[in-house]
Amino acid sequence: MSIYVDIEKNLGSFRLHAKFEASDETIALLGASGCGKSMTLKCIAGIETPDNGKIILDGITLFDSDKKINLPPQQRHTGLMFQNYALFPNMTVLQNIQAGAKREKNKAKRRDTVESVMDSFGLIEFADRYPHQLSGGQQQRVALARILVSSPRILLLDEPFSALDSHLRFKLEQEVRQVIRKFGKTVILVSHDRDEVYRMSDKIAIMSGGRIEVVGTNEEVFANPQTRSGAVLTGCKNISAIHRVDENTVFASDWGIELKLPGLTDGISSVGIRMRRIRHGNGENSFRCRVVEEIEDPFYYTVMLRPIGAKEGSPLGWLMSKEDWKRLKAPEVVVCLPPESILLLND
Amino acid sequence: MDWFPLYNSIRIALISTVIIFFLGIFAAYYIAKTPRLVKGVLDVFLTLPLVLPPTVVGWLLLRLLGPKRIIGAWFLENFDVKLTMSWWSAIFATTVVIFPLMYRTARGAFESFDETLAYSAQSLGLSNSYIFWQIRMPYCRQGILAGTVLAFARALGEYGATSMICGYTPGRTATISTTVYQLWRTNEDRSAMKWVLVNLAISFVVLLAVNMLEKKNRAGKKGVL
Repeated sequence: MSIYVDIEKNLGSFRLHAKFEASDETIALLGASGCGKSMTLKCIAGIETPDNGKIILDGITLFDSDKKINLPPQQRHTGLMFQNYALFPNMTVLQNIQAGAKREKNKAKRRDTVESVMDSFGLIEFADRYPHQLSGGQQQRVALARILVSSPRILLLDEPFSALDSHLRFKLEQEVRQVIRKFGKTVILVSHDRDEVYRMSDKIAIMSGGRIEVVGTNEEVFANPQTRSGAVLTGCKNISAIHRVDENTVFASDWGIELKLPGLTDGISSVGIRMRRIRHGNGENSFRCRVVEEIEDPFYYTVMLRPIGAKEGSPLGWLMSKEDWKRLKAPEVVVCLPPESILLLND
Repeated sequence: MDWFPLYNSIRIALISTVIIFFLGIFAAYYIAKTPRLVKGVLDVFLTLPLVLPPTVVGWLLLRLLGPKRIIGAWFLENFDVKLTMSWWSAIFATTVVIFPLMYRTARGAFESFDETLAYSAQSLGLSNSYIFWQIRMPYCRQGILAGTVLAFARALGEYGATSMICGYTPGRTATISTTVYQLWRTNEDRSAMKWVLVNLAISFVVLLAVNMLEKKNRAGKKGVL
């Protein structure tokens, strides 16, 4: 159904202020570590208490500082999954999942639920194993199964793949996506991995310094991250501070170049351009650049460019396929930064 | 050979170990949740008996429990019970002396507990008492067991406070340690040696048990992670 969150909590070095809502969809909290995203999940689950605000899940108030409502975690029905999966080490797979089903008081029903969930997760053969005898992927499956038998109204996934090797991640992501689709209710995913977030969720909330800066669909947020930290978190590597030169012109001080930006509004303090969006050849905002460095990746090149005439500052990264760079390779190249590809950012 | 001192020592040690098992765990669990300042103060206070000479503990206990002191006098008046000089008076002494051993090992065990297990359990709807007995205690089992055995061993060997609070009456309050002292004092070296050997044997077995538990504990932790 839906969740509404508007909470504040003092975390010493900064103040957490998380405000968002979501319906039956997957919303990702994307942020660097220590930005308050895990804390937000803990507040929803009832493990941490916000200083003030409100949390409403499916029309039920979980927390309301004005009305002095603060449901204990046991009554919140939030399926919280930790990075380390938090399987009970002294219990077998079967016992772990049975423990998750304890809310159901009818024993026959409970047994059926446990059995069918274990079956659908392919866990029957591991029933008598202990968590430490399982691989990371199997542990994650047990954790998900344990949560699903506890009749959750929402899934809260805290960095679900960060404890896994990269080759396992892709496969498990698919599994989790399937679980989410079958679950059909709100899912909040916390992650610092932009690719994972883009693949897994419908909506993204960018979090930085305890605040949610931007919320939107995946496409919206990646096309226009709006803030500098949003640009960084969505993977934009070329970012420069700017000062205004005249109405349509800015000076990008990190790159040492002037850019034409028609329709620039006030409050924009930086610009960014994704490494793939730089184009070869002449056009608006084109510059002759010296190639400072070529960085070879398995399937593409990142070419570091310094505009000729720019005295200092950081070079621009330009990403292209290996074939393209083989064709264009030269000590100096002309590239253009199309105004429609330039991200306008505030702080 | 009269085996009374062995029997008496063991029952005193057993009863005080059972008492501090619950008291120590209870204290460790709740004190861990208090604010830092409170924790620091309580910690010092509760660990004090570990470093105080047992005679100091004995003296302090007599100040409280003696027939003319606050608690002692109250019991004498209301229940006609003298808290000192009977075999079970030693339990007061051993309990105070071994409490820090249990409290500190239990606290160490609880501190190593992965709190995300408790958080997950709570959000799965499991009650706090279920979490304590079915998840937290099994997780900390070996540490707590080691603490218990160590506390038992220490209780068995308690001398200073015990002798002050219940003296030495053969067949009534005599323990192994007070018997050894008495036999040495009266030049019965051969009998003293028998008791020394008995004590050595018990301590040896107990410490072996503690070591084995600790090793198992380490192996278990590796498995968990």
